[in-house]
Amino acid sequence: MAAGYKTVEPLEYYRKFLKQSCRPDGRGLSEFRITTINVGSITTADGSALVKLGNCTVICGIKAEFANPAADAPDKGYIVPNVDLTPLCSSRFRPGPPGEEAQVASQFIADLTWVLYCDLICLDYDGNLLDACVCALVAALRNVQLPSVKISEDTGLAQVDLSTKSPLKILKKPVSTSFAVLDDTYIVVDPTDEEESLATGLLTVVTDEDGKLCTIRKPGGSSLSAERLQECISRAVSRHKEVQALLDEVLLSVKTL
Amino acid sequence: MEEPGLREIGCEQSPLSRPDGSATFMQGDTSVLAGVYGPAEIKFSREIYDKSTVEVMVRPKVGLPAIQEKNQEQLIRETCESVILGTLHPRTSITIVLQVINDGGSLLACFLNAACMGMMDAGLPMRAMFCGVTCVLDSDGQLTIDPTTKEQKESRAVLTFAIESTEKRILTISSRGVYSTAELQRCIAAAQLSAQKIFHFYRDSAKRRYSKS
Repeated sequence: MAAGYKTVEPLEYYRKFLKQSCRPDGRGLSEFRITTINVGSITTADGSALVKLGNCTVICGIKAEFANPAADAPDKGYIVPNVDLTPLCSSRFRPGPPGEEAQVASQFIADLTWVLYCDLICLDYDGNLLDACVCALVAALRNVQLPSVKISEDTGLAQVDLSTKSPLKILKKPVSTSFAVLDDTYIVVDPTDEEESLATGLLTVVTDEDGKLCTIRKPGGSSLSAERLQECISRAVSRHKEVQALLDEVLLSVKTL
Repeated sequence: MEEPGLREIGCEQSPLSRPDGSATFMQGDTSVLAGVYGPAEIKFSREIYDKSTVEVMVRPKVGLPAIQEKNQEQLIRETCESVILGTLHPRTSITIVLQVINDGGSLLACFLNAACMGMMDAGLPMRAMFCGVTCVLDSDGQLTIDPTTKEQKESRAVLTFAIESTEKRILTISSRGVYSTAELQRCIAAAQLSAQKIFHFYRDSAKRRYSKS
């Protein structure tokens, strides 16, 4: 019965739950789905991570390569992020060139003259793609082990010493938190695919470990007052602590192995 | 309180004859030409049964649109969708084409303003107007409204807001760089103040156009 009601009147179905400050999957309005992080999942990559937010699964692999530095920043390496949304993860995506959503996600995601190719592949799409991507990227970057390199003086060629490896220095550890506005009034955190499609507005806040903001992205939708925005930012800061603790724990467990 | 210094703004309405509505918007050296078509017929596969399909195309000055333009297109489209009363024209398409004429900084804000003026010129039903405002924060935390390309490059953070006209609430935010929550609130307050000026400008230019001439 409930399933039929949900199919016919999805918004009304959600309203019934939201009035009681909960969601059909049993979460409160500001509650995340269970987050699982696994680092070093791909042994052939220089760094990798698999992140699950409920059903939403994203895997990130990082490949390091030598390249000429960009002309405008000769002392810096650069990263090439790429997000793949394949037809495997949801029927919404068709094979072919990357769609708009994938391109937007790629744009969203920033020493040495290393190029880091960061490929993120979504395995199972269930909303909140950006959070999962950012989390997977950061976890994978922290997992990267670069071999030491010496430039030989006689030949001018680089010699790679695979025996000594050093981790990347990560300056910031951003964590992203997404919100969906339902019915112009209710703000729910970590929306599922269903919630995203019913939402009247979306908002993503990225914070760093000092509680500063790295990025806010709100593409149109319901307008928000500065106060409502502040509530979302506070939630994002507390979420950062949760993810940070989880990440530290996972990375530590890998090292001790 | 910093003086919100917008560069000089200018606008030409209906510069093009073929589109249903068009507008050129200038902010200092930045200028954007917008053409709006619609509500018009739509391919069956793209039609939405209860509202109009909004499409935004951003054309850079040289070359083909790349990923960055796609990102801007999405931001502008969602902003326009949230003010257009699309339910009045179900199963139709509304196309907004934005051509960069010159980029002198605050391009996204100029896109938004040109799009809004273009939609107004096309006579699309909207529940509110909106305008785009860009702020930058430099390393000392100094706030500059409507920056030039140079100011944008030297800054620590760039924030672009779309603000709607009825309650001055925030429709869209897009930002780059690191800043604190207090700085964000300061930027919002400054952007809302500047938005007031832009809405005044909208009103004046519409008045000029529709008063007897």
